[in-house]
Amino acid sequence: MKAVCWMGTEKVTVENVPDPKILNPRDAIVRITSTCICGSDLHLYNGLIPTMEQGDILGHEFMGEVVEVGGAIDREKLKVGDRVVVPFTIACGRCFFCQRQLWSCCDNSNPNYWIAEQMMGYSPSGLFGYTHMMGGYAGGQAQYARVPYADVGPLKLPEGVPDEKLVFLSDIFPTGYMGAENCDIKPGDTVAIWGCGPVGQFAIRSAFMLGAERVIAIDRFDYRLRLAAQAGAEIINYEEVDDVVQTLKDMTANIGPDACMDAVGMEAHDHSFMYLVDRTKQAMKIETDRPIVLRQCIQACRKGGTVSVPGVYAGFVDKLPMGAYMNKGLAMKTGQTHMMRYMKPLLERVEKGDIDPSFVVSHRPSINQAPEMYKIFRDKQEHCTKVVLDPWADGAAAA
Amino acid sequence: MNQVAGLLVRDADTVSGDAGSFQRWAALIGGGSLALVGLTRRSKSGVAMAAAGGLLAYVGATADRIPRVIVASSSVLVNCSPQEAYQFWRNFENLPLFMRHLESVSVSGDKRTTWIALGPLGTRITWDAEIVTERANEVIEWQALPGSRLRVDGSVEFRSAPANRGTIIQAMMRFRPPSGGVGRAVAKIFGKYPNFVMRQDLRRFKALVETGEIPTTEGQTHGPRSLKIAVLRLADPDRPLRPESRITEVLNALRRIA
Repeated sequence: MKAVCWMGTEKVTVENVPDPKILNPRDAIVRITSTCICGSDLHLYNGLIPTMEQGDILGHEFMGEVVEVGGAIDREKLKVGDRVVVPFTIACGRCFFCQRQLWSCCDNSNPNYWIAEQMMGYSPSGLFGYTHMMGGYAGGQAQYARVPYADVGPLKLPEGVPDEKLVFLSDIFPTGYMGAENCDIKPGDTVAIWGCGPVGQFAIRSAFMLGAERVIAIDRFDYRLRLAAQAGAEIINYEEVDDVVQTLKDMTANIGPDACMDAVGMEAHDHSFMYLVDRTKQAMKIETDRPIVLRQCIQACRKGGTVSVPGVYAGFVDKLPMGAYMNKGLAMKTGQTHMMRYMKPLLERVEKGDIDPSFVVSHRPSINQAPEMYKIFRDKQEHCTKVVLDPWADGAAAA
Repeated sequence: MNQVAGLLVRDADTVSGDAGSFQRWAALIGGGSLALVGLTRRSKSGVAMAAAGGLLAYVGATADRIPRVIVASSSVLVNCSPQEAYQFWRNFENLPLFMRHLESVSVSGDKRTTWIALGPLGTRITWDAEIVTERANEVIEWQALPGSRLRVDGSVEFRSAPANRGTIIQAMMRFRPPSGGVGRAVAKIFGKYPNFVMRQDLRRFKALVETGEIPTTEGQTHGPRSLKIAVLRLADPDRPLRPESRITEVLNALRRIA
C-alpha cells in the first residue's frame, strides 16, 4: 500500500510498504477513505519532537471502512463493512484512566511506556503516527491502518454524510471542543483564543456553543482571522499591534479575558525579543518548546481565570511567569483530547446541522502530493488551513 | 522490601568470573583491533566493522561483573479483583506471557515448577522451584529446590486497593548467581536496573489481565528503516535477544545501504 513516511527532518516521502496486519486480538484493519495533515504533524516534520525513526508512517486523523477485525472483537460493536472514524488517541477502555473517562491517559496502550515515563513520570496513551515515546504506532496517512482496541476507539458513522463533515471527529473538532470546555465558560464570559489554525477554528465555534459571550481570536494570517470573524469572533492580528496583552486589556475594560486558550503550542511566533531567544535556544536544543503564547495567556488572563492549553508541548519551557500564575490564582487545564467523551455528541451536532466542519478544508489533494502539502501547510502558503488527503485518488489506487 | 532491595542491589559485591577472563581479554583485544581496522577503512562497511568491534570490546570490558545478589522488585495497580490476579499468577505457565526473559515455566505436581529463562543471545538457563508459602488471593512465595545450581526465590502479594480501585500487586525475584557463565547470563538479563525489568513485566501482566492482550507494534508495517535504527532496536533494554530475533532487520538495513 502507499503510506506517507517520515524519513528525517523536513523529509517526508510516499513509500510503497507492506499492508498492515492484525497483531493483537482486539485489532482491526481500516481501509482509509480520507486522512488529514494535522498541525501537530508539523512539529514532527520540523524534527522538534524526539524519538521519531526513519520509516515511521505518519498521520493520526483518518476515517474509512473496516475490512478486517481480530478474534476478540465483539461483532455487535464492530464488524467488517462498518464506516468508522478513528480517534487519534489509542485507549484500552479497561484501565483506571479509561474507566474515569480520561481516555488520552490510558495506562495500557503505549508499548513504549517506559520511554515516556523517563521524561514525564508516567506515560499518556499511545497515539497513531506519532513518536516512539508515544507508542510508535504506524499512522493513518496511508491506504490502510491497523487500529488497536478497535472495540473502544472507532465511532460508527451513518452513510450519506460526506467524509469532509466527519473526518475531523478524529482529532481537531473534539480537540477544539475540549479546549473550549476546559475554559470553564460561564454566562457573560469572554474567551481569548491564540491560534486560528484548524483547532483554534473549532475552539472558537465550540466556545460559542458552550455559551461564551465574546470570543477574541489572535493570529497573524488574515485568511485565518477572516475565518474566525465569520464565526463571530473579534480578531487581533498580533503583528499589527504593539502588545497583545495590552490590546486585550483595552478590549475588556481592563479586567481581562475570563479564559485564555493556547491553541498554538510549542512552535509559537511573535515579534518580541523573547521570540528570538526561544528560537535560538530551540535550535541549540537547550529548550524543546517555545512557550510564547503560554506566557501571554498567563499575563492576559483575568484574576481567578482559566488557561486552557490544547496546543501541543513536547518537553521543557523556559521563563514561564509562575509568579503571575500563582498570585493571580489561575487554573490551567490541558491534555491530549479525551476523544471518546466527545466524538458521539459532536457527531450528533454535525447530523443536526449545528455545525458543518468542512468549512475548514482548503486542500483536498491525492496522497501522492503529501510531501508538497506538508511544506505548503507548514509555510502557510496558498491560504492553506486544512489538508485532507485522498489515499486512492489519481493512480494511487493502482499501487 | 523496596528499600532492602535497593540497598542489596547498590551494595552488591561483585566477583570476577575466573573462567571468563580469557574470553574477556580476547573480546577486548579482538574487538579493539576490529574497530581500528574498521575506522581506517573510511567506508560504510568500515563504519559497520568499527561499530561491531567497539561493541565487542565494550562487552569484553564489562563482561565479568557479577553481583552476588540480584533483586528485581516492583509493584503495580491492576483494575481487577485480587482473585483474578491471583488465579492468573498461580498458573505459573502464564508467567512467560508477561515476563519477557522467561521462555517457559512448566508445572509438575501442585507445587513444583521448572523454569527456563533466556540468557544473552538465546542461551537458556534452567532451574526447578517449589512453592513454599501460599495463601489464596493474598500471597505466593517460591524457591529454587535445594541443590539447584542457581539459587533463586520469589514472591508476589495481592492486596485490595481502597475504594474499589483494583488490586495492588507487589512482586519480587531474588537471584544469587553462581560465578561463571550461568551467573553472567543472569546478570545480563537483569542488567543494571533489575527493578526496571520487573516493572516492565508487571506492566505487561496488568495489560494482559485488564485488556486480554499486551500492546505491541512489533511486526507492524513501516517504511524503509536506517541501519542506525535497526541497531538501536536490537539494543532495546526491554527485550531479550533471541537467536531468531530481529538480527534480520539489521542485515536487511545493511543490504539496503550497501
